[in-house]
Amino acid sequence: MQLVDKDQVSKSLGGRLIRNNIMKFLFLLCTLVGLVVLVTLIVDTVLDGWNYLTWDFLTSFSSSRPENAGVYGAIIGSIWLMAVTAPVSIILSVGTAMYLEEYAPENRLTDFIKINISNLAGVPSVVFGLLGLTIFVRQLALGNSVLAAGLTLSLMILPVIVVSSQEAIRSVPSTVREASVGMGATKWQTVSRIILPAAIPGIITGIILALSRAIGETAPLVVLGVPVSLLVTPNSALDTFQALPMQIYNWVKMPQEEFQYLTAAGIIILLIILFLMNSVAIYIRNKFSKRY
Amino acid sequence: MKKSTFLAALLMSLMFILAACSGSGGSAEEDSASGSSDESADAGSEGESSEGSGDLSGEIVGDGSSTVFPIMEIINEEFNAEHSMAAEIGVSGTGGGFERFTEGETHFNNASREISEEEVSLLEENGIDYTEFLVGTDGLTVAVSQDNDFVDSLTFDELYTIYSGEADSWSDVREDFPDEPITAYGPDQSHGTHDFFVETVMNDEDIDAQLIQDTNQVVSSVTQDTSSIGFFGYSFYLENQDSLKAVPVQGPDNEEAIEPTDETVQDYSYPLSRPLFVYANNESLNNNEAFRTFMEFTLENAAAATEESGYVALPEEDYQEQIDQLP
Repeated sequence: MQLVDKDQVSKSLGGRLIRNNIMKFLFLLCTLVGLVVLVTLIVDTVLDGWNYLTWDFLTSFSSSRPENAGVYGAIIGSIWLMAVTAPVSIILSVGTAMYLEEYAPENRLTDFIKINISNLAGVPSVVFGLLGLTIFVRQLALGNSVLAAGLTLSLMILPVIVVSSQEAIRSVPSTVREASVGMGATKWQTVSRIILPAAIPGIITGIILALSRAIGETAPLVVLGVPVSLLVTPNSALDTFQALPMQIYNWVKMPQEEFQYLTAAGIIILLIILFLMNSVAIYIRNKFSKRY
Repeated sequence: MKKSTFLAALLMSLMFILAACSGSGGSAEEDSASGSSDESADAGSEGESSEGSGDLSGEIVGDGSSTVFPIMEIINEEFNAEHSMAAEIGVSGTGGGFERFTEGETHFNNASREISEEEVSLLEENGIDYTEFLVGTDGLTVAVSQDNDFVDSLTFDELYTIYSGEADSWSDVREDFPDEPITAYGPDQSHGTHDFFVETVMNDEDIDAQLIQDTNQVVSSVTQDTSSIGFFGYSFYLENQDSLKAVPVQGPDNEEAIEPTDETVQDYSYPLSRPLFVYANNESLNNNEAFRTFMEFTLENAAAATEESGYVALPEEDYQEQIDQLP
């Protein structure tokens, strides 16, 4: 008996190879579409804004006179904003994910909560702005402060981190979990020493995506009434602030041509901050990651 | 430092959860009550504490129109240079700004239109007195490409024909125009400029044209297409005079078509001139030293700032008159 029918194989081999190559080409094309757009965008922005990236630009406050305009206040403001948003959102959402995956009883209510967290990820950011305006700015009387805006953005990105953290925690093999319990570890010891470190790479991927969205967000800040012209930087989380994306958005709308180049320069700065922020996250991920 | 900020943040988020749990019952009443007490608390505490750098006591908060914003930002810079303190000015748009102004959250509101009756009644409800100041004039400019050689003037009726979508080609607008397809552009509903055009030219009917969010895109669309037409603020025309041709406009009260120039906009003979306002909270004018100084400073410097931003200043004496009328 012949295990492999050589005639049959050689007959269909050509077609299979072609099909394989076609699919490979299609997938490559998919990757390239995104990549080409991204590269065009970055090159175009850098070419427009490069000459305007001066020391003065980095150290001056915003201005309606293009020759004086800078991003100092906006950079400091955006950093402050992230300093509030990052810890609040990370702790709340990793905690939520941990509860839902490890502690919550498996019943309808838990399922309902899980589904709604995913739905929350699709709510437009303006809606979160309105929520923040009602609760943080007015009811808790925080005003248009760093804290109010940071909490609003935290709520906005919460679902993204929760969902990705859940996914990461779920992907920790149950054998590891059982081994830990089998060794006499308590639930808390298992969660804190085994599951969390194993889930960190996935969690941080979620955090990167979420914080990248938060730092570029304009709409909720406009709703909260965050100022565009402000010639001081915040001294505490209760002071008001400027934000880089709002500064950029304001410049796009100005009639003077120079502002179009300043906009590009502002975008470069925003990208650099984003890049630095994500580098730190990736560093942490590589340092703590423990794969099973 | 960072740790305490973070702890505070954590605390606030806990408070939020508590508030969310307990709040669902009698919310509306609580809302307005806490709202008004916040303001008084704000005005009191921040006046004394935070703004220690300047030579004046009090803080200055404004919001409103993005059209008026460049004027106020220039004034704010000058004010900062002189008094080493500055206002915080947002750009929520005229309507968005009035929402905060009527709640007493801001001291002044920039507006590219007059305050509406609804907003006035809200202010009355909340017991807020206000004063209306004029800082400058904008001339909404209707423009075609520099290469367009046949459009020499348009009446309000002709503009209506174009922007209501009735005209497919220029010959539909006026018989001696060539039979070329017409494309009309304008800023979208988020702009006061759009609302002003709808009110004055369209008799409050919707515009049927290409509406674009970014006014700079309106300008470049008109520049690139010789058979197109667009409208935008005067400053956008001034910045692009090389490539644009402003169309003289004849309103219902005009005997002939009038070109937008500094003079015709200033004396309102140009039918699409519109005033730029700043609304101020009277109580703050009287009790907040910094804000009063700021408003005086604004009126003193508005002429130069208005022109620098590409708008038209009022006649000099009008500013002085408004300073004298400060409540």
